Amino acid sequence: MFLRSGRHDAVKRVTCPGPPPSVASPHCHITIAVAIIAGGFAFALPTALADSQGYTSKYDFGTTATEQEIAAVAMAIPADGKGLPPGKGDYATGNTVYETTCAACHGRDLTGVAGLPDMLSGAALRLIGGRGTLASANPLVTVESYWPYATTLFDYIRRAMPFSAPGSLSNDEVYAVTTYILAEGNIVDKTTVIDAETLPKVQMPNRDGFIPDPRPELFK
Amino acid sequence: MPFGRARRVCAERRGYPPGTRLSDASFSAGLEGNISIKWLRRLGVSDKPFYTREETSKYTDLMTTTGKARIFTFTMEAKSVITFPSGEMNLPGPGFYEITGLAWSGRGKIVRVEISTDGGKSWSLAALQDPVLPISQTRFRFPSIWDGTPAIIQSRATDETGYTQPTHQQLFDERGPLESAPLFYHMNGIQSWAIAADGSVKNVHPT
Repeated sequence: MFLRSGRHDAVKRVTCPGPPPSVASPHCHITIAVAIIAGGFAFALPTALADSQGYTSKYDFGTTATEQEIAAVAMAIPADGKGLPPGKGDYATGNTVYETTCAACHGRDLTGVAGLPDMLSGAALRLIGGRGTLASANPLVTVESYWPYATTLFDYIRRAMPFSAPGSLSNDEVYAVTTYILAEGNIVDKTTVIDAETLPKVQMPNRDGFIPDPRPELFK
Repeated sequence: MPFGRARRVCAERRGYPPGTRLSDASFSAGLEGNISIKWLRRLGVSDKPFYTREETSKYTDLMTTTGKARIFTFTMEAKSVITFPSGEMNLPGPGFYEITGLAWSGRGKIVRVEISTDGGKSWSLAALQDPVLPISQTRFRFPSIWDGTPAIIQSRATDETGYTQPTHQQLFDERGPLESAPLFYHMNGIQSWAIAADGSVKNVHPT
């Protein structure tokens, strides 16, 4: 138990004094001076000056990114599927990919493995099930029951999975394992072949389950 | 770099989310300067949200009463934590201690912080330390005497909109238990520290 030490109103509000003007003023001048120097160097250094001081280019660092380098990181896929790469995947191939690269954490039955570090219940690793539970005391939040867009599944697997080696799956493998998860969740038929054309058309069960935040926007 | 105004999330209709990622979240006040440096690798511009995994399955607030989830709920509501005594610390023995901590809200100024030393049964006002500014961490203080018996200490913040920090259980009741819901990512429930008779302080979740 803790006891109050004295009356509350005896506790004074502590006021934090700002620095005296004589201290604050030079500091501000220094800041401004640095900004001017940096700005001048970055934006106004003439080419002749750069040459005369031995710089090989205006900034003398970095290289221009190649088309391939840009393509390797410009991989975000929006809900309409724009930018989905060529390739395709089916259930059987996805099953193989899943068993070799996913099942260790997500479980052979796609319901998550319990007892992993920081994920003791395994619920966050669960991929399927839970339809109809969102309006209950124990909602089961999974790809099948909660995620509004199938494209998000492709995007996330490609950029972040498997956890131990993200980026190691080919586009075909990502399409295949996406197909496998969606089929196991009874969202697509097991005969479905998923590619850039078909993935954005997959109707997720909870597509209309999201609403804008109704609370007023502050600080307009 | 910020496209939105500093320290604020851009509204969706204003082109969310650059303001968050590049201004608010990237500046770590008081730490080594290079901790605040973020390497901008790439700029992508889209006319609509990408609905990534984090946007759709994590930073959304499921409401179990309706089964619907609020989306783009990036504002952190009133929240607080006691920084002394807190987890992994050891109190040397009974005596005078100033309980202190930080409170903040994404919806304005902190107007009140209350302290409980009996696991939430009773609450008393803490003193706020100037400056008290909107969307800013606010220091609170609560001088008290520990008699050496086990105690659970908690802080509870209220912001200028009148919103008071809920208990974990209140959040679980609305959004589902921790194990089943995305609540883990957006959590402003009251934080509890248990102080044992030997003075050790541990993180607990009393119900």
